[in-house]
Amino acid sequence: MDFTSFLIQLLNSVQYGFLLFLVASGLTLVFGIMGIINLAHGAFYMFGAYIVWWLFGFTESLTLSILLGVPLIMLLGLAIERLAIAHLYQRDHLYQVLLTFGMILVLNECQKIFWGTDFYSVPVPEVLSGSIPLTENQVYPVYRVFISIVCMLIAAGMYLLIQKTRLGMTIRAGASNREMVQALGVNINWVFAVVFSLGAGLAGFAGMIGAPVSSVYPGMGDQILIISFVVVVIGGIGSIKGAFIGAMLIGLADTFGKVLVPDFASMAVYATMAVILLWRPQGLFGQSAH
Amino acid sequence: MSNQHNKGISRRSLIKGAGAAAGLAAAGSIVPSRFAMAAAHGNKAPVKVGILLPYSGTYAMLGNSITDAMKLRIAAAGDMLGGRPVEYVAIDSEMSVPKAPQNTSKLVDKDQVDILVGPVHSGIAAAMAKIVGKRKQPIMIVPNAGSNAVTGPLCAPNIFRTSFSNWQPAYPGGTQMAKDGHKTCVTIAWKYAAGRQMMDAGADAFTKGGGKVIKDIEVPFPDVEFQAFLSEIAALKPDAVFAFFSGGGATKFLKDYAAAGLKSIPLYGPGFLTEGVAKAAGEAAEGVRTTLHYSADLDNPSNVAFRTAYEKATGRVANVFAVQGYDAGSLIVQAMAAVRGDTGATADIISAMENANFIDSPRGPWKMSKAHNPIQNIYLREVRSGAQKFLGVAAEGLEDPATGCKMA
Repeated sequence: MDFTSFLIQLLNSVQYGFLLFLVASGLTLVFGIMGIINLAHGAFYMFGAYIVWWLFGFTESLTLSILLGVPLIMLLGLAIERLAIAHLYQRDHLYQVLLTFGMILVLNECQKIFWGTDFYSVPVPEVLSGSIPLTENQVYPVYRVFISIVCMLIAAGMYLLIQKTRLGMTIRAGASNREMVQALGVNINWVFAVVFSLGAGLAGFAGMIGAPVSSVYPGMGDQILIISFVVVVIGGIGSIKGAFIGAMLIGLADTFGKVLVPDFASMAVYATMAVILLWRPQGLFGQSAH
Repeated sequence: MSNQHNKGISRRSLIKGAGAAAGLAAAGSIVPSRFAMAAAHGNKAPVKVGILLPYSGTYAMLGNSITDAMKLRIAAAGDMLGGRPVEYVAIDSEMSVPKAPQNTSKLVDKDQVDILVGPVHSGIAAAMAKIVGKRKQPIMIVPNAGSNAVTGPLCAPNIFRTSFSNWQPAYPGGTQMAKDGHKTCVTIAWKYAAGRQMMDAGADAFTKGGGKVIKDIEVPFPDVEFQAFLSEIAALKPDAVFAFFSGGGATKFLKDYAAAGLKSIPLYGPGFLTEGVAKAAGEAAEGVRTTLHYSADLDNPSNVAFRTAYEKATGRVANVFAVQGYDAGSLIVQAMAAVRGDTGATADIISAMENANFIDSPRGPWKMSKAHNPIQNIYLREVRSGAQKFLGVAAEGLEDPATGCKMA
């Protein structure tokens, strides 16, 4: 591989890493900070993509569709949290797995009932549809660069929210010791509801902003669910910085795996995860005793 | 630590629930059994048609197209097969090869279907063919899966196919690429049975036409992150690219290919690359040349009538998968008429199916080969202005070599 090809593949890795972080950010919040195993994360992603396609049919504008769609997904997340998940905070993780797995099946069926099984497409907005020439016959779509920038903003935003604001402090405290926070007079139920809807909203937003790139089809959430968990587990539970680094590592492993060891490309990501967990079982930046 | 405000299931509500369940079970036992319902149809037990197709995931559209078209054809015969009503039993294959044996077993052993229709996925087809071929019954009709083995080493008297073998639509594609003057190409497809067989066929034809395949790229199935491979293709600078993807993956591939600026390298492939996805892929599909045993704009009267009827019945536009399902329905109707509904006369059904008449198929006239695969025309198509345009016949009456089939 010559140097230009190497640089281009590096660019592909970083861009894919950003996309992975965007998709996994919601899961990091819910799983990492709240300790809730939300298997329906992929379903929120898929619902986001379908909602933005559906709204685009009315508004003809991606921006407007996203602005209208994110609150819808957050409402969906809130409803699911209040009606179902809230009853399981005190129970074993297994109950949450069972419930959220059931949610995947329900949401997948709802998607088929509302929007059918055809695959749909959302066009890239005009202003972002250009390309940046890299070599004489390769170009890079501006939209993908735009997605990477959005990811960086979201990463920074999440970090600030969790580490530097009062709400973030309450969330972290509630994740450590729920009863104590309640005893101190904070309505922890409301806080957790907010975090869950935020997590669902982030997953939905990732689906929406990725829709022009990935096209919209049934089952699109199932593929990203597994890789989101890989990202969060590698990065360490409870760490946004870890999830970011984890996403970048997976981006590198996946892209260079496909190019350097094509016969084992499908294993590259999981081999990386295995190696990291063998070296640091709690993930790169996770706390040793959670 | 348990939260005392949590309402668990109280004993009272448990008893109430059990009572309700028992009541429902009792009510269920007086619902008419299969034969009681048959009595209502005039003492004719229904012909059971089992269906194993994907109704979820990226190939869901294919499963629905095949099912709807097959039911349309059988409905056109009055929903009667040889004078008996029809009963469908459908299972979502979920595109899962590990679940295929148990799904097949449920349909043939537990539900005792008379005819088994399916699947879409080539890997599942091989699994089904092994089970059904060994038992010699029921009759199995493959409405899509192109696995060469199904009418090759795994062929059996009770297995028929109304679609194609992976070799069939791909081989003329390679020939066309060479004919269009391209000297080097890169092949790229998902790493599974269908992808491998189509790429081998296309590469074989291209090489025989004087071309050279400079790289064969295998994408893990069903991964749709193509960026790394597209960069590789750009670095290799081939004259043309030969690709196979289907469903949601095809849409994404077409869009990513165009977005990476690779449109200057002509894209070829078996028709599934653009079938049913040309609209969703939009601009990105322009100019892509594909070879397939069907083209939407074929102007024979059967095709025109079929497309109108299909769109009226389902609200969707017909595609090659629907045509395959339609012909599967036609095969069942003809065979059942020939044996007057006697689903036990396996040898007669097989004989009827081998000689079934497909002169009026929407894809043009075709017939069953000795290996029970269609001998059919392969058409050259190109996407122009968002629609599939029929350019001509790429191969006439093409028969799959059926290597390894004992019946051929």
